Amino acid sequence: MHIVVCTKQTPDSAAKLAVDDAGHVSWGDSPIVINPWDEYAVEEALLLKDRIDGDVQVVVISMGPEEALEALKHAIAMGCDRAIRIWDEAFAGSDTLATSYVLARAIEKIGDVGMVLFGKSAIDSQTGQVAVAVARRLGFSPLTNVIKIAEIDGASMTAERLLEEGRQVVQAPLPAVVGTTKGINEPRYPSFMGIRKATRAEYPLWTAGDIGAAADKVGAAGSGVRWERIFAPPAREGSAEIVAADTVEESARILVDKLLAEKVI
Amino acid sequence: MNFELAEEYQMVRRMVRDFAEKEVAPRAEEIDATDTFPVDLLRRMGELGIIGLPFPEEYGGSGMDYMSLVIALEEIARVSGTMAIVLDAQTSLCGEPIYLYGTEEQKRKYLAPVARGEKIGAFGLTEPNAGSDAGATQTRAVRDGDEWVINGQKIYITNGSAADVVVITAKTDPDAGTRGISSFIIEKGTPGFQPGRDEVKMGLKGSLTSELFFEDCRIPAENLLGTENEGFKQFLRTLDAGRVAIAAMAVGLAQGAFEKALAYAKERHQFGRPIAKFQAIQWMLAESATDIEAARLMVHRAAWLREQGTRFTKEASMAKLLATEVSERVCWKAIQIHGGLGYVREAGVERMYRDQRLCAIGEGTNEIQRLVIARQLLRE
Repeated sequence: MHIVVCTKQTPDSAAKLAVDDAGHVSWGDSPIVINPWDEYAVEEALLLKDRIDGDVQVVVISMGPEEALEALKHAIAMGCDRAIRIWDEAFAGSDTLATSYVLARAIEKIGDVGMVLFGKSAIDSQTGQVAVAVARRLGFSPLTNVIKIAEIDGASMTAERLLEEGRQVVQAPLPAVVGTTKGINEPRYPSFMGIRKATRAEYPLWTAGDIGAAADKVGAAGSGVRWERIFAPPAREGSAEIVAADTVEESARILVDKLLAEKVI
Repeated sequence: MNFELAEEYQMVRRMVRDFAEKEVAPRAEEIDATDTFPVDLLRRMGELGIIGLPFPEEYGGSGMDYMSLVIALEEIARVSGTMAIVLDAQTSLCGEPIYLYGTEEQKRKYLAPVARGEKIGAFGLTEPNAGSDAGATQTRAVRDGDEWVINGQKIYITNGSAADVVVITAKTDPDAGTRGISSFIIEKGTPGFQPGRDEVKMGLKGSLTSELFFEDCRIPAENLLGTENEGFKQFLRTLDAGRVAIAAMAVGLAQGAFEKALAYAKERHQFGRPIAKFQAIQWMLAESATDIEAARLMVHRAAWLREQGTRFTKEASMAKLLATEVSERVCWKAIQIHGGLGYVREAGVERMYRDQRLCAIGEGTNEIQRLVIARQLLRE
C-alpha cells in the first residue's frame, strides 16, 4: 500500500513579503522551505507506516517548479521512501481547482493508495481547499482537521477531528484523504542518514503528459479563480489616546462621550 | 572554485539550527544562571546523531564528516557556548583520538557509546605544571605485567567529573621528553581514579571543568591508545582538529551576538530614530559582519583541508587565532550596541562575551597559535 503525502514549498515563515506595483509578490532572500504544516503530514505518514502491518511505502509528492525540490528533499531526509515532483509549464497559474486535478491524476498514477495526507493549509495562500478537492476528485473519504488517527486497518480508520466546539470522532472507509492539524504529532528532525539519502536520491519529474492531464483542466485555463489585481493591504493607521481623569467615573464619562462622538456606540 | 556550502552541509545546518533554536536556546539562560551540567541535552545531541557527526555508523556515528561537525558547533554555539564546549569535548577531544588511534575493539567499546551520547567523554592533557608545555607532563604510567599503573593529576578537564570515558596522556618514558608520552583510555569507577572539584568559571557555566586524580590506578594493558610513546604526536593531530572546532564555536558565538545586536539596533530608538540609523552603530555592525565572514571562511577552509587529508596545522591555528579574536571584538561590540541592556543578563550578550573568552585560551592559547603559525612559516 502507498501512503501519499502532498507537500508544497513556501517561503520561510519569518519571510517579509512584499508586493510591487505590478502585483508581483517577493520575499527577499528568505529561504524556500517545506510548508511547515506539511511536516505534520509527513510525520504522521511515517508513524502510520510503522503502525500498519504489511508493505507500506510513503511517497511524497509536490506540484511545483524546481524550488519544490526543497520540500521533497526535506521529506526524504525525514524518512519518506520516495519523492516525485509534478510540474509542467502548463501548470503555472493553477488555482486550487486545477491543482487538485493535477494532484489527483498523479495519485491515480501512483496507484494502490490507501491514504493521502495533507498539512492543514499552505502558509502562503492559506486556502486549505486542496485536500478536500482531491478527495472529491478521487472519491476518497475526506477528513480534515484531524488531530488523531486512533485506529487504522486495511479497510477503515477512526480519527479524531479538532473542531471549534470540541473533538469529533469519525470513522471512514479507506482510501481516505486526511488533512492533519498541529498537535497531531511532533515532527521529527531530519536524520543525518536521511540527509545523505536526500542529497543522493532521484527526484523523478512527472509532466502533464506523464499523468495524462487535459490541457483545459490545468493552469489558468483550468482555474476558476482569476487574479484581477494583487496588492499589499494598506498599512494600518491609528492613534492611541489614554483617557486619564481624576476619578474612574470621570474617565468613563469622557470615554463614553468620545465613543458616541466617533459613532462607535 | 565554489564558496557555496554543499547541499548536504546546508541541510545539516538547517537541522542543527532547528534543534538549537527549539531545544537549546530556551535553556541557555537557565544553564548559565544555575551553572548545572545539562546532561539531558548532551544525551539528546547523541540521540539525534550530532555528537556522532564525524564518525562512521559502525562506531555509533552518523557517517558524515568533520565539516558537518564544524557547522553543528557553529549552530549550537550561536545559542549556547556551554553546549558547544560540551559537544566539542565529547566529539573532538574524546571521540576523535579513539577514532583515529583506537583498535577495532576500543572503537566499538568506547567510541560507539560516546558518539551516541550514552557515555560522557573527556580528554585529559593539562596538568598543574603542564599545559602549553605538554612535554612537562608529570602523570606517570608504569607497565606492571598485564596492566598499566597510572599516578598523577589533571586539571581544567571539560566534562571531567561526569565523564564515563577519559582519554589521558601520561609519561611512559620520563627521560624522553615529548617522545615519552602515551595516551590511555580510563573508565569511570576504575579504582584509583577519582574526579576532584569542578572550577567556578567566568563563562561557559554549566559545563564541567574538573580536576582528575589518579592514584595507583590500574588499567588493563589493552587500554593503551595508539602506539606507546607516540602520545604527543597523536594529540598534536587531535588538537589540530580541536582548534578548528574551538574556532567554529567562536564563530557561532560571534554570529549569535551579532544577530542580537543587529535586531536591537533596528528596534531601539534614540533621538527619534532607530539607533541603526546612526553611523557609529552602522560601523560597528559592518565591522562585525566582515569579521565573522572572514573568520567563517578560514574555519571552513581549515575543516575542508582536513577533509582532503592534507596537512592543516598552520591553517587550523590561523583559523583559531582569527576566529577567537573576532568573537572577542564582535561580542564586545554587541554589548556596546545594546548599551546598558547589554551589561545586564536579560539581553544574553554578556553571557556570550563571557563564554567566548575561553576560546582564546582552550586547545592552545592564542600565543601558542602564533608560535605554531610562525614555526610553520619559517619551516616552509
